[in-house]
Amino acid sequence: MKIIVAIKQVPVRDSQLRIDASGRWIQEEDLSFEINEPDAYALEEALQLKEKHGGEVVALCLGPARATQTIREALAKGADRAIHIEEENTGALDTFGVASLLSSAIQGEKPDLILTGLQSDDLGYGQTGVVMAEILGLPHSTIIMQVEKENESIRVKRELENGWFQHIDIPLPAVLAIQSGISKLRYATLMGIKKAKLKEMKKVTVGELGAPPPATVLIERAYAPQKSKRTQILEGDAKAVAAKLVEKLKFEVRVI
Amino acid sequence: MSGILVVMEQQGGQWHRMSWEALAAGIELGKQSGQPVLAAVPGSEIAALANEAATKAVAKVHAVEHPLLKDYTPDGFTAALEQLIRQHAPTVVLFPHTYQVRDYAPKLATRFGQSLLSDVIHIRADGGTPVFVRQLFQGKLNADFRPSGNGPFFASVQAGAFRADSLEAGSAQVETFTPQLDAAQIRTKPQAPFREAARAVDLTAAEIIVSVGRGIKDKENIHIVEALAKALNGELAASRPICDNGWLPMERQVGSSGQTVSPKVYMAIGISGAIQHLVGMKGSKIIVAINKDANAPIFEVADYGIVGDLFEIVPALVEEVKKAKG
Ligand SMILES: Cc1cc2nc3c(=O)[nH]c(=O)nc-3n(C[C@H](O)[C@H](O)[C@H](O)COP(=O)(O)OP(=O)(O)OC[C@H]3O[C@@H](n4cnc5c(N)ncnc54)[C@H](O)[C@@H]3O)c2cc1C
Repeated sequence: MKIIVAIKQVPVRDSQLRIDASGRWIQEEDLSFEINEPDAYALEEALQLKEKHGGEVVALCLGPARATQTIREALAKGADRAIHIEEENTGALDTFGVASLLSSAIQGEKPDLILTGLQSDDLGYGQTGVVMAEILGLPHSTIIMQVEKENESIRVKRELENGWFQHIDIPLPAVLAIQSGISKLRYATLMGIKKAKLKEMKKVTVGELGAPPPATVLIERAYAPQKSKRTQILEGDAKAVAAKLVEKLKFEVRVI
Repeated sequence: MSGILVVMEQQGGQWHRMSWEALAAGIELGKQSGQPVLAAVPGSEIAALANEAATKAVAKVHAVEHPLLKDYTPDGFTAALEQLIRQHAPTVVLFPHTYQVRDYAPKLATRFGQSLLSDVIHIRADGGTPVFVRQLFQGKLNADFRPSGNGPFFASVQAGAFRADSLEAGSAQVETFTPQLDAAQIRTKPQAPFREAARAVDLTAAEIIVSVGRGIKDKENIHIVEALAKALNGELAASRPICDNGWLPMERQVGSSGQTVSPKVYMAIGISGAIQHLVGMKGSKIIVAINKDANAPIFEVADYGIVGDLFEIVPALVEEVKKAKG
């Protein structure tokens, strides 16, 4: 099976975020970056499918030069090669634009499967995979918790609301958006990290791929949400706040 | 082009309750922008539901009827709604941000050269164009989006962002729309929905829930929070990553994929407050949040907050609870 995995680099979880001078995005200078968590699971699923059925895993990433680090890590974990659409100004693209570029970059690749994470931790649109499927004319499914190959098709387990699931049969080639937690993530081995240095990382630019469709939905302004609820913040050292909370629970909420 | 089309969701003749919230968003935007609101109900044998939607303050309800829409498929729903939208040319198409909508609405928007604005929390008509507000970084920031061009603009609204209980009554006409669909167009074959296993734990009956998130860092630390649940005589619950990691069984997961609870007291410990978690617990009477990040979105729904390290605070709480209980 030839599998393409779209991965994205995002600020590490628990980053302290500040709005930048443009007022449309965050200050990125002093942040650290990592692979978007659902994408890490998509990569893991791709590697496991390759281990079971043979084939090739190609990491695909649109992002600035700093994303090279995340792509290298994907190669170190076991992806065979990578395609990096290097673009600094990703803020000028909307989902349709991003998915169009990702789709053009894999023209001629003829994958059996394209995997993406379910959504990104930064923008959180949750649709890159679905839009790629539409552009490429492929069937798709999302919120996937299991993938089983059966001849020319796959059977996936899709998560529904409130603890329900559903199996879906999909002919190949297809696009799947993978849910976090589908399996356990592997770490890169020392050997893997060494090997990654020799693997192919093809760089392409937006100019080479051709301009994507003009963006119709972009961020006009980013800001800290206004608090609408009055939260009583209890202050003091651990013992003091614990005593205060227990008092509330005992005398106001009356559950103790 | 005119009008706001709200696509409502049903499954097997049962409404998805978020459909009414999407309708409320549509009616609000309709008022602000002076545009008529149309509702669409895709499915098979959905006349009764379409009639029910017609009792709300909408201009018209389209019953999008076809036997191939009985079971949801992205191909079937996209094709059917594309035809309806081409025929009626609304300026805005709204959906509830359900798992189903996540699956096909981006595909539908692509057919019109548009990007779906997903998980919108607020909409305002601002000088003719609607401005959509959605969250970034799992609720840590908000952003305004003002779409450009002629539309139609596609947006899905977040669970709980619009109030369904304030829907005005009306009496609209129901029109049946029969899309052209062919079984060969539908490439995916969905099987019947199932549940993993009978739930041994019914969190919905608990008066006190002590819920643990990724702030706990390691499986070996779960006992710290478990001790608090015990001391309070409450149930232990968790956010999704804890169950994904197998640190607690999935039946203790709270949120959109897990259980929805509304206990007297819900304590969120080391939980950031992503929307998929919030929808499962924000109906709790009293919410207590313990988090080291003062900007964590969980504080938005908390009645009492403690900003600090759970590894210091939770053991102190256990002591104090024991003392109070005597
Ligand atoms: C389709 C879909 C369905 C989902 N369904 C669910 C669901 O049903 N339930 C659910 O919970 N999630 C669900 N999620 C996942 C959800 O989006 C979040 O990723 C998840 O809720 C995050 O869990 P968390 O808050 O425990 O972890 P994180 O977001 O990582 O938050 C950890 C928090 O712990 C705090 N912390 C760290 N260390 C300490 C310390 N020492 N002391 C105090 N605080 C500390 C941090 O400040 C942070 O706020 C779903 C996502 C999707 C896309």
